[in-house]
Amino acid sequence: MDVFQLLWLIPALPFFSFLILSLSGSKFSRTGVGVFATISVGISALITLIIGIQFLSSPPAGHFYEQTLWVWFDVAGFKPSIAFYLDPLSLVFTFVVTFVSFLIHWYSIGFMKTEEGHVRFFAYMNLFVFSMLMLVLANNLLLLYLGWEGVGLCSFLLIGFWYKDPYNCYAARKAFIVTRIGDTAMMVGLLMLVKNFNTLDIASILTTAPQTWSPGASQAFWVTILLLGGAVGKSAQLPLQTWLPDAMAGPSPVSALIHAATMVTAGVYLIARTHVLYELAPAVQTLVAIVGAATLLIAGFSAIVQRDIKRVLAYSTISQIGYMFLALGVGAWSAAVFHFMIHAFFKSLLFLSAGVVIIAMHHEHDIFKMGGLRKKMPVVFWTFLFGAGALAAIPLITAGFYSKDEILFFAMASTKGSTWLWLAGFVGAFITSVYTFRMVFVAFFGEQKHDIPYKPGISFKIPLIILGILSLIAGFIELPHTFGHFTPFSDFINTVFPAVQLIPEKEGMELTLQISTAVLALFGVFLAWQLYMKRPQMVTRFKETGFGKRLNDFLFSGWKFDWLYDTFFVKPFVWLSKIDKSDFVDRIYGGVANLNLYFNKLLSATQNGNVRSYVLGVALGAVIALTIILFL
Amino acid sequence: MQIIFYIAALVAIVSTAMVITRKNAVHALLYLIVSLLAVSVIFFVMGTPFVAALEVIVYAGAIMILIIFAIMMLNLGQASEKREKEWLKPRTWIGPGILAAILLAELIYTLNSFSPPAHEQAIIDAKDVGMSLFSTYALGVELAAMMLMAGIVGAYHIGHEKQKEYHRYLQKEEEL
Amino acid sequence: MIYVPANMGLLLAAILFLLGLIGVLTRRNVLFILMSLEIMLNAAGLAFVVAGAHWMQADGQVMFIFILTMAAAEVSVGLALILQMHRHHKTVDTNVLNLLKD
Repeated sequence: MDVFQLLWLIPALPFFSFLILSLSGSKFSRTGVGVFATISVGISALITLIIGIQFLSSPPAGHFYEQTLWVWFDVAGFKPSIAFYLDPLSLVFTFVVTFVSFLIHWYSIGFMKTEEGHVRFFAYMNLFVFSMLMLVLANNLLLLYLGWEGVGLCSFLLIGFWYKDPYNCYAARKAFIVTRIGDTAMMVGLLMLVKNFNTLDIASILTTAPQTWSPGASQAFWVTILLLGGAVGKSAQLPLQTWLPDAMAGPSPVSALIHAATMVTAGVYLIARTHVLYELAPAVQTLVAIVGAATLLIAGFSAIVQRDIKRVLAYSTISQIGYMFLALGVGAWSAAVFHFMIHAFFKSLLFLSAGVVIIAMHHEHDIFKMGGLRKKMPVVFWTFLFGAGALAAIPLITAGFYSKDEILFFAMASTKGSTWLWLAGFVGAFITSVYTFRMVFVAFFGEQKHDIPYKPGISFKIPLIILGILSLIAGFIELPHTFGHFTPFSDFINTVFPAVQLIPEKEGMELTLQISTAVLALFGVFLAWQLYMKRPQMVTRFKETGFGKRLNDFLFSGWKFDWLYDTFFVKPFVWLSKIDKSDFVDRIYGGVANLNLYFNKLLSATQNGNVRSYVLGVALGAVIALTIILFL
Repeated sequence: MQIIFYIAALVAIVSTAMVITRKNAVHALLYLIVSLLAVSVIFFVMGTPFVAALEVIVYAGAIMILIIFAIMMLNLGQASEKREKEWLKPRTWIGPGILAAILLAELIYTLNSFSPPAHEQAIIDAKDVGMSLFSTYALGVELAAMMLMAGIVGAYHIGHEKQKEYHRYLQKEEEL
Repeated sequence: MIYVPANMGLLLAAILFLLGLIGVLTRRNVLFILMSLEIMLNAAGLAFVVAGAHWMQADGQVMFIFILTMAAAEVSVGLALILQMHRHHKTVDTNVLNLLKD
């Protein structure tokens, strides 16, 4: 049997699990719900693995496989179908989504053990996995958009999971509305594509676009910039990045799955998927790189001053996705996807570890109230350290080094790259290493501030250990030219993407760049050790100076973007709606209603229940009738 | 001899006016009987002896007796007279009086424009009425019979003192 | 028998009718209202008979008989209603019976 025919089962299984859980979840036992949800995602992951092995050992013709289930609708020649498209790019995403989801579901069994509404939680998680898989497997952009909105919905539902706290609901609404801005732009982009090509089928758009549009065509410019709008909304890039730090109001597994590993990288997937269009619009592609570079710096600086462990991780997520955008912008498609995969492993690991720490600390998020956790929770410490190492790109031993190094090299050496972009990434790498190890040192080293009797269970540990190992070794599938030159990953995925155009004279700089990046990362760790372990008073003293305090506040609030949007968009809008509340059109309708009420009052006065007044009415009527007959 | 008509008419008007102004229901009823008798006289002098007899037998007889029974069953007594006095304030008469005056003026105006030619009058006795009733108006008789039947059944059903069987939820209301 | 001018007879009927109407409008006691209704019905019957006599037709009297029948039926049902009203509400005041208002 052709294993590719099982493709539809990959999204279908989580969906069926969602249906069963949402319809009859209360009939399961408490752990039964979690185990059921986990197994459904696990089987999806298994099928992905089987299909992946098949794909690697005997690739289908043209390096893609398409499975059409049925035609969705057929209107005036526009007929999108429910169909899946599997190529190396979507295979990588599917693999990461199912596999990371499986581990996070597993972890959630323990995490949700004592929480209220665990059925709701697992149902939403399954729905999310389904939507995300629809997104990455869709063969047309409309189905992709369905999954896109589906993950947005699940994100909203899961951020507001603890809906009894109004702050969580606020965060959920904020995430939903901010991403909606991007989604609207994306929808307009899709409509433009429909108008130009009368189809949303990805493969046919990508083949016909270069024939109809010349490079730099204004159509291509607008379509790609609108799609970029959707991507920056979903992936929390500048200028729509403000929702992600607040989205940390959701449970830790949600942050790990949706707001670190999978959903927020949907923007990366979208751009990678439509890379042909971006190559037709070089201006927009440069913009992607600039957005990525600016975002990674802004988010990185904000991460340095955060106190909430999950907010640090949120800003680091924004920053890492910034790297992916940088890679996309310089045309290093495979490097972006590679970094996405590595990032999914180590960032979900960091979030899950943080979740264990937070549970152990009785829902304390402030890293400065932790401290000394190293001895109490060795497994969590080591896994967190692996994740942090990968995030900070500790050279040679961590996966993050290989992926980030590749991006930095291409930022410099690609024909679309520049020294400035490289410099942004380079500084960003340094900041990343500082804030990551600040978190590690403050939370896990030093003196223990609270007694923690809590011991994480086995269901927490296994996913952590698996992800920890992956964070270390996953990088070895893509070794740089200077170091082994073993590149099965990019060989595999480059059947989708064109190769990166390198500037010949900069090609030789690779080793120099690698060494400088490695040294810088280690120096960042050393600086964090100096600042937060050896001389913490230096930092506090700097914070007490006027400039330091203001700088700290500025960075803490995420460069005041919330304030900016509040002042320029929210408040004028609220003001407008307030003055528009009593507009004259309303008055017309209100007047009609009031007139009716007035007549009702008049008429109901006649219905006073007094028989004699009815008689009076009859007599008056007789008088009037008679008068009319006689005198008119 | 038209004077008999005018005297009877005057009696009818005066006694009717007394009916609507009395405070004691029995007094009012007696005036009503006088009024009906006066109308009966008018019928007689107009040459319609059959309806004159019916007026006395059915109206002044049967219907008024029915009302007397009702008054006796209600047993209103002295208190009701006092109450009637309270209810009948002079100003309550103003509105209806004006209304009636307007209607009357209009009717007089109408009747003035209608001046019938004076011609012979003949007695229309019971035989003529019966012939007409059971030929032309046979259907009307049937309907009247059915209406009377309905009246009897309705009156029995409504006036019947019902067995007080309330639903158990409504028993409290019964006690009130 | 004597000659009665038809418009005089009709005028009498009108006056009696209006007196009945005044009675209905002014009295609060439901018994008086019923009596006033009888007056009005009687006046209507009088008008029919006068008209019938004027045209020397039996139809006027036939109508009077119908009115008489109706009055009898109406009084019997009306009195039954008054009795029930008095039994349940212990009053004959129509102003009290305004439960039908909205």
